Amino acid sequence: MTGAGMDFSILQYHFMQNAILAGLFGGITCSVVGVFVVTMHLSFIGVCIAHAAFAGALLGLWLGFNPLIGALLFSLASAAIIGPVADRGELNPDTSIGVIFSLMLGLAFLFMGLMPGARTEALNLFWGSILTVTQQDIIFLAVITAVIVGLVVVFYKEIQAVICHREVALAVGIPATVVFYGLLFSTGVTITASLQSIGGLLIYCLILNPAAAAYQLTYSLKRMLLIAVAFGVISCWAGLAASYLLDIPSGAAIVITSSIIFGLATAFSPKRKVKGWQQVPLAG
Amino acid sequence: MDNTVIKIQDAVVSYREDVALQGVSLEVRKGEFIGIIGPNGAGKTTLLTVINGLGKLVHGQAWVLGSRLNERNSINLRKRIGYVAQVENIDPRLPINVRETVMVGCYGRLGLFRRPTRTQWETVDEVLEMVGMAHLSQRPIGHLSGGEYQRAAIARALVQQPEIFLLDEPTASIDQKAQREILSLIQLIHREYHTTTLFVTHDLRTLPSICQRLILMKDGKIWQQGSPEPMLREEVLSQLYGAPISVPTEIAPLRA
Repeated sequence: MTGAGMDFSILQYHFMQNAILAGLFGGITCSVVGVFVVTMHLSFIGVCIAHAAFAGALLGLWLGFNPLIGALLFSLASAAIIGPVADRGELNPDTSIGVIFSLMLGLAFLFMGLMPGARTEALNLFWGSILTVTQQDIIFLAVITAVIVGLVVVFYKEIQAVICHREVALAVGIPATVVFYGLLFSTGVTITASLQSIGGLLIYCLILNPAAAAYQLTYSLKRMLLIAVAFGVISCWAGLAASYLLDIPSGAAIVITSSIIFGLATAFSPKRKVKGWQQVPLAG
Repeated sequence: MDNTVIKIQDAVVSYREDVALQGVSLEVRKGEFIGIIGPNGAGKTTLLTVINGLGKLVHGQAWVLGSRLNERNSINLRKRIGYVAQVENIDPRLPINVRETVMVGCYGRLGLFRRPTRTQWETVDEVLEMVGMAHLSQRPIGHLSGGEYQRAAIARALVQQPEIFLLDEPTASIDQKAQREILSLIQLIHREYHTTTLFVTHDLRTLPSICQRLILMKDGKIWQQGSPEPMLREEVLSQLYGAPISVPTEIAPLRA
């Protein structure tokens, strides 16, 4: 097979090779942290951290330092604030996270408003630009992916216990609080690393959708991680292809692809079917 | 030889402005089976959380398994204490099955960087057999009934090889047949392993007949304690619960 009718010459361009690698690493790492977020029902916390990273990056752009450092500091700080607020129950978690989320959005718009001149770079952080990622971005993303995957392999049993049975994990002597914060910080770091390629507004969909799709398909955490990673990478690559073929923004194409995968997974989910029931023919 | 495994002195615990325990003192000897009863809000669950180090003392001291409880050693002590809470609402799609959930009981003692061995998996299977859950070992944990879920929780606590067993309303929110089965199982386990056990309930009908001592709690204090027989009288129980209470027939053996 030579792929008649398909033009693969695009793959020889350096920017496309970088985009494919960004899709691979971004797809893996976003999906892995997505599994934590989805299983622990922490979707709103993830959205909040994503917006904090976005606001931090804009602060970096405004003040002239590396936006990734701003994104990292803001996302880790928001995780450090959100964790105890959600845990201690002094305020309803939805309320407190909602306040932090709106503050981060407000700060993002403030920094953007204060920024002089053209805001192309800032808008890129909104939507992401996977086609213009640099070698340095790819290396950063690859290192973060290796670290996150490595941590999951090493601490799999603790992570499994905490995301499925956090109270039990605490009661049997697992350092559940440390693991929980580790997962929140991993989310912050992943968002920071993927900000440049996927964009602040779209990154969260790539975290949520593949993991949420995998959640519909299996009762095994190991399988869920593998399926989510496959969906994440497929979303990135198929989105890239759609972006190239249809001349549409790459970030949006990736997110729409991942949403379609989620829709299909939900429609065909075995978890929607009633198990153990068989029609019994009436006697006589 | 001193065989005290739990010693609490003048413990005070508060949740913001609410004082949940007000100067509670208690000693528990190795191998005792203690029933803790009292109305809702009496401080029964808080007392258990003091023992496993999850409840923070604002005053007083607690010694558990020979160590004085503090922030640093409570995590290690929890590895030696089995804790079963009442049935919780679980997401039916949660990606973990019964066998894996029971194995979580081993993870504390196993420590970081180590994976469960084949022997530990065999222990899990044996305990599942013992609690009558072997046929459901591969079932997603969210697909169990309340009674089955509690059996799995007890199995999880057992594989922990606990030196103290804390049971916090383990029969709440499950039907009567399942309640009786869980109570039989708990009593069987005590006869088999002689583990020091503290059993909390607000429902007198579910008090195990194996109880050697009863603690009656009210308003964050130990109101009375002693052998079950003198405690299980209508006038005592009516005062404890603040309403006329007749002694349920289910706990007749305790009055014998």
